Amino acid sequence: MCRRENNDLSGNDVVQSFITGSGSFPTFASLNSQLRILVLSLLPSTISDPKNLGTVLHFIYLSSGEGMGGGIRQLLEQVHRLSRRSLFRVLSMGPLPTHLAFIMDGNRRYAKKRGLEDGSGHKAGFSALMSMLQYCYELGIKYVTVYAFSIDNFRRKPEEVQSLMDLMLEKIKSLLDKESIVHEYGIRVYFIGNLGLLNDQVRAAAEEVMKATAKNSRVVLLVCVAYNSTDEIVQAVKRSCVEKADRDVERIQLVDIEENMQMSVAPEPDILIRSSGETRLSNFLLWQTGNSQLFSPDALWPEIGLRHLVWAILNFQRSHSYLEKKKKQL
Amino acid sequence: MDFNDPMLALSSSIGQIGDFGLDLVWRFIHIVVTLCLIVSGIFELVESYAISLGLIQKYSSIDIEKLKCLAVVVDIEAARDVSKVIELLRWLTTIGVKQVGVFDSQGLLKKSKDMILEMVPRSVLLQETGENNISPDSIALEFISSFDNKEAVVKAANILLQKYLKSIHPENGEGENVFTESHLNEALRVVGECVHVPDLLLVYGPVRSHLGFPAWRLRYTEIVHMGSLKYMRYGSLLKAIHKFTGVRQNYGV
Repeated sequence: MCRRENNDLSGNDVVQSFITGSGSFPTFASLNSQLRILVLSLLPSTISDPKNLGTVLHFIYLSSGEGMGGGIRQLLEQVHRLSRRSLFRVLSMGPLPTHLAFIMDGNRRYAKKRGLEDGSGHKAGFSALMSMLQYCYELGIKYVTVYAFSIDNFRRKPEEVQSLMDLMLEKIKSLLDKESIVHEYGIRVYFIGNLGLLNDQVRAAAEEVMKATAKNSRVVLLVCVAYNSTDEIVQAVKRSCVEKADRDVERIQLVDIEENMQMSVAPEPDILIRSSGETRLSNFLLWQTGNSQLFSPDALWPEIGLRHLVWAILNFQRSHSYLEKKKKQL
Repeated sequence: MDFNDPMLALSSSIGQIGDFGLDLVWRFIHIVVTLCLIVSGIFELVESYAISLGLIQKYSSIDIEKLKCLAVVVDIEAARDVSKVIELLRWLTTIGVKQVGVFDSQGLLKKSKDMILEMVPRSVLLQETGENNISPDSIALEFISSFDNKEAVVKAANILLQKYLKSIHPENGEGENVFTESHLNEALRVVGECVHVPDLLLVYGPVRSHLGFPAWRLRYTEIVHMGSLKYMRYGSLLKAIHKFTGVRQNYGV
């Protein structure tokens, strides 16, 4: 999240600065003649999305030498960002998934492979998650679900569980501290799972984030923590039974259980990606993935990148009409 | 005002040309993807024939004891060709698999179960024999459809509801919690469902998806995509089973 804040200058700010001369950017009038011609020639290609115009102008500003203080690194990141946006523009010519789910597998193996200390794999995994969320948001995918911590993971060594809980608390709190970023991107966060199994601090922080982001509606992030699909089904059955008993009704229907599933706040996932090449679902979203395309890239979670996401989406686009037909058959 | 209309028309035309260009690029990317998949398909085809002919050493023996329960998911279009399903089950019998659950979403194979049981040698219906009574030289078959998925959980939930309603009435005196995984498991058995978790699920269809296989049973199942049933290959089947026997799960620990 921090990295995104430094580089994600609003396209509108740059456009405004060019016109009014306010802020730290040069105006159109102050550019040399070659750069003015360049801006004018690039205008038509950015006309469909004004944000692209801001990005292009910012790129020109950096390449004009006046932003050299920002560094070559920023310039390269802007180029990377522009090419990524172009790629996403091409991908959006076909159907795009509405909901993507990730099983973030392979953090410990990554740490072992790189000779890092215990716990570093999970930190690297968190960075990979932030990158993935950024790509999904840029592509316009509205729902993203991640399997952060399974009920089975409580059976790991106590030190490892504690360090995972500490990392989770730190990252959840960082969402609160930088609340403006969550609001700026309009991310609504849900924590899905048996939250009663978490310690008080983590549970309280999670509830606070859910409350703070309740009004956001652009993008939804569902973090499955202390979650098992079978536990979710049992809890949904329990809630349905208690409701029916309260209303003195003696029959449960499928719609009652579906409404009481915690994941009912999102549509079914279109694609489920499990990193590290394992082919099982490990008790994740079993109820919801009847029509989902399953994808298992060999990369460990901290190694996951844009190419894996793009490959998954290209395959989704190839299978889209088949899966739509299947949904209608049920 | 007069100046704006041609400008708007111009920018709209530029936009349309831009979209047309992007669409061409998109189609070109998909052609490249298709070519990559064709090339990898050819390699897999050659490999599977080599495996079938016994040319690749490591596939000549498989530790089949590790595979207690196999499930096969068949796409609804493929399920109409029962002869292919029978051929697949015969291959599995040859390999030595003891228990196979065959799933198609609409239950077409359930309707043909008598014919399948007749045509697959030494096959028995799992429900009749029970999981623990399968003789060593036979294969137990189970026929599953979408009705065994969510609808089965609804039936089991109604059993738990009855138990719950009884427990909250004072005259009975019962106060136990009836909402645990083992309670739901037991309720599923009562409504006639097999709750055995398959070790391996082979998907025969265009897409790698479990297509609505009973969710309750899929917890730790390895899900492998085998491609189309029409073009199924014995070598690919051996390879998938062999790969499964090498998998080591830690079950979240």
